[in-house]
Amino acid sequence: MTVLPLVDEFALGLDAPICLTWELTYACNLSCIHCLSSSGRRDPRELTTQECKVIIDELERMQVFYVNIGGGEPTVRPDFWELVDYATGHHVGVKFSTNGVKITEDIAERLAASDYVDVQVSLDGATAAVNDAIRGVGSFATAIRAMERLYAAGMKNFKISVVCTRQNIGQLDEFKAIAEHYSAQLRLTRLRPSGRGAATWDQLHPTAAQQRQLYDWLQTHGEQVLTGDSFFHLAAYGSALPGLNLCGAGRVVCLIDPIGDVYACPFAIHDNFLAGNVRGDGGFARVWRESELFAQLRKPQTGGACASCSAYDSCRGGCMAAKFFTGLPLDGPDPECVKGHGVLALSTLDPSAAPKPSLDHTHRTRPVPVTIGHRPERGCDENPLVGLRL
Amino acid sequence: MDFDIDAGWRLHPQVVIRPERFGALLYHFGTRRLSFVKTPTLLRVVQALEASHSARTACMTAGVDVEQLPAYAAALAALAGSAMISRKDAA
Repeated sequence: MTVLPLVDEFALGLDAPICLTWELTYACNLSCIHCLSSSGRRDPRELTTQECKVIIDELERMQVFYVNIGGGEPTVRPDFWELVDYATGHHVGVKFSTNGVKITEDIAERLAASDYVDVQVSLDGATAAVNDAIRGVGSFATAIRAMERLYAAGMKNFKISVVCTRQNIGQLDEFKAIAEHYSAQLRLTRLRPSGRGAATWDQLHPTAAQQRQLYDWLQTHGEQVLTGDSFFHLAAYGSALPGLNLCGAGRVVCLIDPIGDVYACPFAIHDNFLAGNVRGDGGFARVWRESELFAQLRKPQTGGACASCSAYDSCRGGCMAAKFFTGLPLDGPDPECVKGHGVLALSTLDPSAAPKPSLDHTHRTRPVPVTIGHRPERGCDENPLVGLRL
Repeated sequence: MDFDIDAGWRLHPQVVIRPERFGALLYHFGTRRLSFVKTPTLLRVVQALEASHSARTACMTAGVDVEQLPAYAAALAALAGSAMISRKDAA
């Protein structure tokens, strides 16, 4: 029997994911400007309670240890707690991400009492000014209120999840202090140009100097800070960060979206990365084991334009989704390549040619014009089109 | 870390084993940590712990050569360090 290094075993894919992300709804009370899933409005095709339970049964059979539930804001689904209980009752652990809106004192107590449920509160600034500019007015206060309640209920080691941006890299120590204050653990993840993030990435993604600052900070504090393995592109600076330092997309992780579509990773909601739907014959297991896309991802990768780079063994070309949504070829450098190859490649691209996300559930902030026959004009009608005959 | 290979050890009750072609994945629901069992032989050792009166016996049952014992003791010590296995005589 050939013994491969584990990272190579994982690159070739496992019979079941180690964990997966499951976005339960596209509905969200917020409209964060970097939302990876362009969430806002519920999709009428979302999976029913019963369909969700069938998936949980499958995950139990496949021995998927836990699911990272997100959205949208998953807790706004009326059956959310029922599904959490069903999953943990079937040996599928739950970690869910929330902006904190539904974390009441009662819910906090309930969460604190369970060994099988973990919570991630999203916070993208250590101050209201920085956070609310990205996540919306009042969102900092909502998150802090949720953390206060979790702490008061005795919930230990819940996660505070931060997407690293140009605006908050300078606040890493403050985030760590907030986490310590609430007996929580800090989790830092990488901003991707996915969903609404495609339009805001240019303004939000860390500068080259900030990437170095983040890497140095992680070298010092990495053992106490979670990163979801998302900064493996920074390994090209020299030493690997804690974790697998591997893109697990379609190999050891994947995404199930609210309508049951299975994508290679949470940052790749686009038809090009769609492996199948759980509603098809054979359910999720068949998509995971037989989809052509996943088979392709599990083949040894060549490295393409990056193959000759001395850092390729460390960074492995970086993040597939980051490349795709900035319009870069998948076998070329990451847009945030620490050697600068990404910036060079981006400079030769027509920015309007970057692919657009396939789905958009963003809140319609302006009223949608609806024509229902001819309405009589009234004196109070402020419509600027009043009086016009079209 | 010191690992007493002559003590009795067992898998922590909150740990589940998922066999894989390279060995196995272990997941601890209490600490929410994942560990890797990197060879099928080590998996057999871990599986034999419960019925063996010592970790040394479990290694023998799993077919570990005497000269390989220190390597397996080190692997078990790592699993003990992340609370995946614990001493049977622990409270």
